[in-house]
Amino acid sequence: MIVQYLPLLAASLRRKRLRTFFTIASIVVAFLLFGLAQAMRSALESGVEVAGADRLVTMHKVSFTQLLPASYGSRIRGVDGVVAVAPQTWFGAWFSDPRNQIPAFPTEPETFLKIYPEYVIPAAQRSAWVADRTGIMIGRAVADSFGWKPGDRVPLKSEIWRHKDGSDTWEVTVRAVFDLPAGGDTRNILLHQDYFEESKAFAKGLIGWYVVKVRSAEEAPAVARRIDALFANSPAETKTSSERAMAQSFVNQIGNVGAILNAIVSAVFFTMLLVTANTMAQSVRERTSEIGVLKTLGFGDGAVLGLVLAESLLITVIGGVLGMAGAWWMSVKLEPLLSQYLPGFRVPQVAVLTATAFMLLLGLVAGAAPALQAMRLKIVEALRRE
Amino acid sequence: MAEPDAAIVRIRDLVKDYRRGAEVVRGLDGLSIDIARGDFVALMGPSGSGKSTLLNLIGGLDRPTSGSLEVDGLRVDALGGAALARWRADHVGFIFQMYNLLPVLTAQANVELPLLLKDLSREQRAQRVAAALKLVGLENRAKHRPRELSGGQEQRVGIARAIVTDPTLLLCDEPTGDLDRKSGDEILELLQALNREYGKTIIMVTHDPHAAERAHRVIHLDKGMLRDEAA
Repeated sequence: MIVQYLPLLAASLRRKRLRTFFTIASIVVAFLLFGLAQAMRSALESGVEVAGADRLVTMHKVSFTQLLPASYGSRIRGVDGVVAVAPQTWFGAWFSDPRNQIPAFPTEPETFLKIYPEYVIPAAQRSAWVADRTGIMIGRAVADSFGWKPGDRVPLKSEIWRHKDGSDTWEVTVRAVFDLPAGGDTRNILLHQDYFEESKAFAKGLIGWYVVKVRSAEEAPAVARRIDALFANSPAETKTSSERAMAQSFVNQIGNVGAILNAIVSAVFFTMLLVTANTMAQSVRERTSEIGVLKTLGFGDGAVLGLVLAESLLITVIGGVLGMAGAWWMSVKLEPLLSQYLPGFRVPQVAVLTATAFMLLLGLVAGAAPALQAMRLKIVEALRRE
Repeated sequence: MAEPDAAIVRIRDLVKDYRRGAEVVRGLDGLSIDIARGDFVALMGPSGSGKSTLLNLIGGLDRPTSGSLEVDGLRVDALGGAALARWRADHVGFIFQMYNLLPVLTAQANVELPLLLKDLSREQRAQRVAAALKLVGLENRAKHRPRELSGGQEQRVGIARAIVTDPTLLLCDEPTGDLDRKSGDEILELLQALNREYGKTIIMVTHDPHAAERAHRVIHLDKGMLRDEAA
């Protein structure tokens, strides 16, 4: 039934080609921006998305930059509900050029791999990393970025930690390359905690934070409370939260990205609403006598309402689909270029669904007032307005 | 089935008031008329005499203030909005002075418009459109847009659009008012042919006595009342 009206709708859009073009173009830009913003958000939050619900992070109550005593590890291990505990410290690594920053963390390999079973590593490489105190495990993105492979000797630099010989260079050997399920961040390097502790020039016996695996996700809040209670009123009180919350707090270091993107996108869509509504209102005003003719021919109030709404929807859907297709295309092209800084820079599926809802909502809201105006037009008055 | 010469339009004590600001203006003042099936009636009268108002009421474009209006046995004045729209689509063909074609559509698409409301396949619609355009002699102008046609041709497209649904009534509001004499005569001949050969009941508003001569019956209105009529 709708299909037979399509030529009529298409003809209406052709009436003022330039105006239709500019309206659709502005909607294309709005949805392009929306799609790219969602791709960026997805990239920034990729770590948050893959964070395990049964993993906790215990850090200094003041900030994660404050260190905790290494002795806390064994005490946390003794808390009811805790399965495994691995220490981690921000290493502040870079390679070749200080701009080549790489997230790197010393940890206990065997415990770490027990806590993170989703890491995909060939068995031989896994054993090689665990066995070599100066060995490192690198993510696929790091390997691809620098062309490193198992066996390569790498002079890693640290902007924080000095070697006990006074140098800022840490000679390490690549022993394993890990992959992660889709959306996982593979820009990381993992070093041996023993080697790090033994070789660092200062802050002996201190570590950055602890990753804690709990028996079940349901127990996590209670376990977190028990850990923090253990160190209450000590010189280094702790704050234990879910890994997801910690990942989110990292993202929030650069501001509440989600809120900023939402604010921008909301402003853009509100402007689009006004632009589209204005286009539709003008279009209906110019066609008053034609709407009178349609009603004379037997088009009922509902049909006229539907035609104007359909026209508005057609504009927003054409613009929206083109905009989202453009965003998808750009994200595909940009992803390899941004892989080091924004891995997973892709338009997520949920953004496509949200965009579809926005297209429909925008079309309906923008077309509502003109459609009602057209519906209420009295035939005799409409025909009089030539 | 109604008798061939029975009244297809039966109007009784029809009143139409308009509001202009605080003032109430009477457009039709207790009019009673019968129009027979298959008749060709011209409505004449000075401006403001109520002839277009009467045409709009008969076509269900407007509602009377009081009185009754029956078309083919149905009280049109009692129909609700949606039912009235369906009734117009099924029973009335309108022909306007300014043709009122949609400029962005081809002649073919303009004629097809009323058929979009019918439960017809694309092929069925195309067949009916082709037949209507052939009847008005414009089968070779189907793909032309209104601006590519002469005034007379535009009015022929308007007539094709009016007859494509095979309506009960053809209502014409000054159909030759915007045409030169030659084109006007061609349009009037076409209307006469539709009345004579296809039995269409035609009610035509006109100022032009020459056009009114083509009708079987001329009704003169003045100040919303029947002044006189002639066969």
